[in-house]
Amino acid sequence: MAEFLQQLINGLSVGAIYALIALGYTMVYGVLRFINFAHSDVFMIGSFVGYYATKKYGFPSGTIASGLLVLVTAMAVCAVLGVVIEKLAYKPLRGRSTLTVLITAIGVSLLLQNAGQKVFGANPKAFPQLFPTTQIQFGGLTVSSNQIIVLVVTIVLLAALYWIVHRTKIGTAMRAVSFNPTAASLVGINNDAVISFTFALGSALAGAGGILYAMNYPTVDPLMGTLPGLKAFVAAVLGGIGNLPGAALGAMVIGLVETFVKGSRFSTFADAIAFAILILILLFRPAGLLGKLRVEKV
Amino acid sequence: MIPRSQLWLFAALALAGGLAAFSGRMDPYLLDVAMGVGINLILAVSLNLINGFTGQFSLGHAGFMAVGAYTSATLTTTLASKLLPLVGGQPWILFPISLVMGGLLAALAGLAVGAPSLRLKGDYLAIVTLGFGEIIKVILQNVDFVGGARGLTGIPSGIPPYTQIVTFWTIAGAAVTVYVVWGLLNSTYGRGFLAVADDEIAAESMGLNTTRYKITAFVVGSFFAGVAGGLYAHVKGYINPGGFDFNKSIEIVVMVILGGMGRHVGVIIAAVVLTLLPEGLRELGNMKIANPFSPGTNIYLEWIKDIRPILYALLLITLMLTRPQGLFTWPLWKKKSA
Amino acid sequence: MPPLLQLDNVTICFGGLTAVCEVSATVGEGELVGLIGPNGAGKTTVFNMVTGVYQPTRGAIAFAGKPTVGMRPFEITALGIARTFQNIRLFPSLSVFDNVRVAFHLHLENDAVHSLTRGGKFRREETQIAERTLELLEIFNLGRVQNEPAKSLSYGDQRRLEIIRALATRPKLLLLDEPAAGMNPTEKVELMKLIQFIQEKFKLAMLLVEHDMKVVMGICQRIHVLEYGRKIAEGTPSEIRANPAVIAAYLGKEHA
Repeated sequence: MAEFLQQLINGLSVGAIYALIALGYTMVYGVLRFINFAHSDVFMIGSFVGYYATKKYGFPSGTIASGLLVLVTAMAVCAVLGVVIEKLAYKPLRGRSTLTVLITAIGVSLLLQNAGQKVFGANPKAFPQLFPTTQIQFGGLTVSSNQIIVLVVTIVLLAALYWIVHRTKIGTAMRAVSFNPTAASLVGINNDAVISFTFALGSALAGAGGILYAMNYPTVDPLMGTLPGLKAFVAAVLGGIGNLPGAALGAMVIGLVETFVKGSRFSTFADAIAFAILILILLFRPAGLLGKLRVEKV
Repeated sequence: MIPRSQLWLFAALALAGGLAAFSGRMDPYLLDVAMGVGINLILAVSLNLINGFTGQFSLGHAGFMAVGAYTSATLTTTLASKLLPLVGGQPWILFPISLVMGGLLAALAGLAVGAPSLRLKGDYLAIVTLGFGEIIKVILQNVDFVGGARGLTGIPSGIPPYTQIVTFWTIAGAAVTVYVVWGLLNSTYGRGFLAVADDEIAAESMGLNTTRYKITAFVVGSFFAGVAGGLYAHVKGYINPGGFDFNKSIEIVVMVILGGMGRHVGVIIAAVVLTLLPEGLRELGNMKIANPFSPGTNIYLEWIKDIRPILYALLLITLMLTRPQGLFTWPLWKKKSA
Repeated sequence: MPPLLQLDNVTICFGGLTAVCEVSATVGEGELVGLIGPNGAGKTTVFNMVTGVYQPTRGAIAFAGKPTVGMRPFEITALGIARTFQNIRLFPSLSVFDNVRVAFHLHLENDAVHSLTRGGKFRREETQIAERTLELLEIFNLGRVQNEPAKSLSYGDQRRLEIIRALATRPKLLLLDEPAAGMNPTEKVELMKLIQFIQEKFKLAMLLVEHDMKVVMGICQRIHVLEYGRKIAEGTPSEIRANPAVIAAYLGKEHA
């Protein structure tokens, strides 16, 4: 039982990080109907911001305040990066075939990965302890303070996201654009600004995810984003692509399933589990758990 | 009377034979590059059938290649002792059989991927095929019989008679692949692939079984990817699951896009160019140029090798932004012909 | 003899919206029938159900006595129903010639393997299909542009190409979805003549969705009227013209 609860906590912790990444995917898909392939690499950049901030640019580490400072910095850098990518690579292609944009996104992803390997070096680097670390024991369970921070930060960010999306003007604008871009622009919404904002928001969350992820895995490397990114994407699809609570829910499911598989006999197949889930979902419930199927008008 | 296309095919096969006989005396590096071109040609043209002509965006082609590679290699290494006696100890009979087996198993994998993916479009299809490619890789990493994550070594290559055999079959394979894809498309039946890519609902309403077309594209395309895999295994002599990952799939996709998605000639040119380009860049990186600004010293271009992947990514992005219809295309209209 | 096409209490619901509700209608062999109604009445949805693009939630559809619900569109086309689309759906990357040629697919005897062996039988059939395609194109005066990309044609020519393409499948029933949309009065007169010509030459039954009353009243032998998914009237053109429910649907209750 204690084993089960332990895995539960681990799973939720992993799921929380996937949620932060998944939200970026689902938000961008919501407003643009396009899968931002490069999102996983923005996540990676977030981790590296944390690395270089402390290792090279003299950011302090080891206290809660310093940790939060690095977190916020990573989020800011990633937000800017996301907007830059959008303006340079995606905006010029708006209206073109989905394939063209998808391939461009793949190109951006490769660019970030390859440039990262050149600039940061391909070797994994040890990630510093940003926050003070302790282990908390209760009832036979061991929870690291990092895991608690992951859960707390995620919850705070999710709440902030919810507030932005449902209680602010820009959030309403985001939702309007995701329903009907033409109508949105006709009622005076600046679609371009909304789209940029969406990218900034999603990328900031990815940046946060990058920091939190790196805190719990000892090393960072330029290719680290691919696998978590794909799993987070599966989570977004599982929850219903375009649906924000769905993405968070899907991420939790993926995180939990993956953790339990890792703890079982089939641990070497853990990475393939997410894809298996993806295929099953697309076969049996393509709209996802919380999504609605759109019927094509003929 | 034999149609012209078949005459070309026979000519290519004759060329394959000639080159194979000569291969023992060729510079091994050049031979290696030529084999690389042939293999990439098969990969690109077969993917063109799926992506370019039938509009099914598949990002998992390397997975089919892996299935073919491992099947073929297993037959010539691990199982060779049992199988060779069955063919009178002749590797030149065993090898093509192993290629075909590799192709068939890859085709089966293509069926397994294509069938469930039929309802999916665009982005979703891309991700699912990507997922399948990864699943195949993970499965191979977990099967110890074929070496698991360490890979399979000791695949016969680089020594006669395999040099000649593999050379022949690489060129022959490329010729056959081009012929098959071209032949399929150039018929009333084959125009159906294009119709399905253009507008599935209209195609179905005109009596085309879109499901069968899509599955056919996947199965034929993956068969040849499997053959390419088998050839690849016997050129390199060693394979491991990591070599058939998403990056490999993307390499092939880029060839198809560069060549203009659904253009026979363009994709062939793209495959050749993109195989030779890294070699060219590597040679460039090895060169030194006399420095015109300070005579007596040289400029070394090794950094070119370093930034090659970055250049590649930039090429892709620039291409999509400026000329998404492909680099090796020109206002050639698809002529009607039989 | 049973009617060629028979709809029995066909109903379809999309989520909470009932787009078509208990519509029954028939089209007899060789008949030219109109399907009219205000926008949103469900006319194209009926087409989509007949051709198998949508599945009715309830009700039955039969063609030449055979139930078609659950069949895939290409199977229904094989039975003998062809259609054009409200928003023209030609194959943009194919030439004019190929757009028609590909529709001969249903009656092909050669298959994929023959494309590879390319023997005498293959070449003979391909030549035959090429001849028939050209014939069809010539009838409608599109032979001269056979190698042009389909999307480069004028709007009117594209509509005619779509009709030709449908005819290549050798249907017994042709469904035309707003063929006169976007045409000027002269073109509409041409279209009416064309439709009647097609009906005579190819011995087809036709079901026509159209907004232009002149066209509908001018060529249809019988007309079904839909409003908000329900059938409100059926009859000859003169009967429909005088029908109060129809007048009310189009012009408002005061005019009925």
